[in-house]
Amino acid sequence: MAEEAIKISGKKKSMFIDKVKQLLPDGGNLNLCLTCGACSSGCPATGLEGMDPRKFLRMAALGMDEELLKSEWAWMCTMCQRCIYVCPMKIDIPQLVFNVRGSRPRDERPKGILGSCNMALKHDTCSAMGASEEDFKFVVEDVAEEVRNTQVGWEELQAPVNKQGAMYFLNQNSREPVTEPDEMVPLWKILHLAGADWTYGTKGWAAENYCMFMADTESWKHIVEVKAKAVDDLGCKYWLNTE
Amino acid sequence: MSIIQLYAQWVREGKLKVNSDWNKDLKVKFTVQDPCQLVRKSLGDPVAEDLRYVVKAVVGEENFVDMTPNRSNNYCCGGGGGFLQSGLPEARREYGKLKFEQIMATGATYAITPCHNCHAQIHDLSEHFEGHYHTVHLWTMICLAMGILGPNERTYLGEDLAELLMPETREAEE
Repeated sequence: MAEEAIKISGKKKSMFIDKVKQLLPDGGNLNLCLTCGACSSGCPATGLEGMDPRKFLRMAALGMDEELLKSEWAWMCTMCQRCIYVCPMKIDIPQLVFNVRGSRPRDERPKGILGSCNMALKHDTCSAMGASEEDFKFVVEDVAEEVRNTQVGWEELQAPVNKQGAMYFLNQNSREPVTEPDEMVPLWKILHLAGADWTYGTKGWAAENYCMFMADTESWKHIVEVKAKAVDDLGCKYWLNTE
Repeated sequence: MSIIQLYAQWVREGKLKVNSDWNKDLKVKFTVQDPCQLVRKSLGDPVAEDLRYVVKAVVGEENFVDMTPNRSNNYCCGGGGGFLQSGLPEARREYGKLKFEQIMATGATYAITPCHNCHAQIHDLSEHFEGHYHTVHLWTMICLAMGILGPNERTYLGEDLAELLMPETREAEE
């Protein structure tokens, strides 16, 4: 709980909450809060920075924009949406959080997220760890070759790259090709046994999208478009998540 | 779409011949994290059921212990939304304490995390709060249960399973 009572200044300010309402279908129900606290009681971020979801929403409703934008709490809420799930009025607090994130000047957002987003914008791979098209293809082919040579019964194991017309375009979190490539092998074995018609693509293969977490909507959109185009260009039917 | 849906389909169709006999006597207990992005935010409870169907087929129904709450009502682990990259590790672990306690309450020695952010966060929580449970990907357990998990594919298994059902290998040809 808060240590001090919230003080409301007399003058009504710009009201950040009104801007967000305009962006959301049905205003994100942001003015329907019954203050029941179901959101806060089941939120793992409750208490961090002396904040909780209900308080965050109430502060927005009271026009305390400056305090919301100054708090780090918007970066401690993971936008997991459990608060919406339990809310009797289905209030979209995570969207409010997302827009608070996006209201901070871009270069002042958390360095790690910013760096990962910027890195993903450098290559058409969309890799937040900066893996290039060549790096990815090399690692996949190298690891597959080693399995074929050393594991009995896996002489025919394939990890196709840029296979035109495959049913599934499999994405891959950068963590595997960059730091622990052997973790990809169980996945390939499963796909092999299932007889799945799948492929990786040198473009758009990276599963992660930090630009979304950073609330940089233009960059987020760019990344999604690059990935969608990669799937379409190979004529694949499904974008398949490994998770 | 999610590969979890396909795993379930392929197990049902008999394409993935998984078997939980390896765990009949060992009785190693497993729990599973429902990733927010996959379950609550995307495909809902049906995919949570697919996930449980696969996990039970792989480790044995009697060796699966659910967290409470679960499925769409599950708590986020604190690895999502960029928290892992936000440079706020203390807050991230404080957030994750709820998840850590939830996992510990199951008594399971393995947490299956079918999401990269969940995997990194739940693994870190175990180390930080000294929980001594292991954190594994689902693909690891599916391959282990089919006896096809190679020697270099066992990074996240504990000592109890590190050598179990090891398939045959040979020296690479020069």
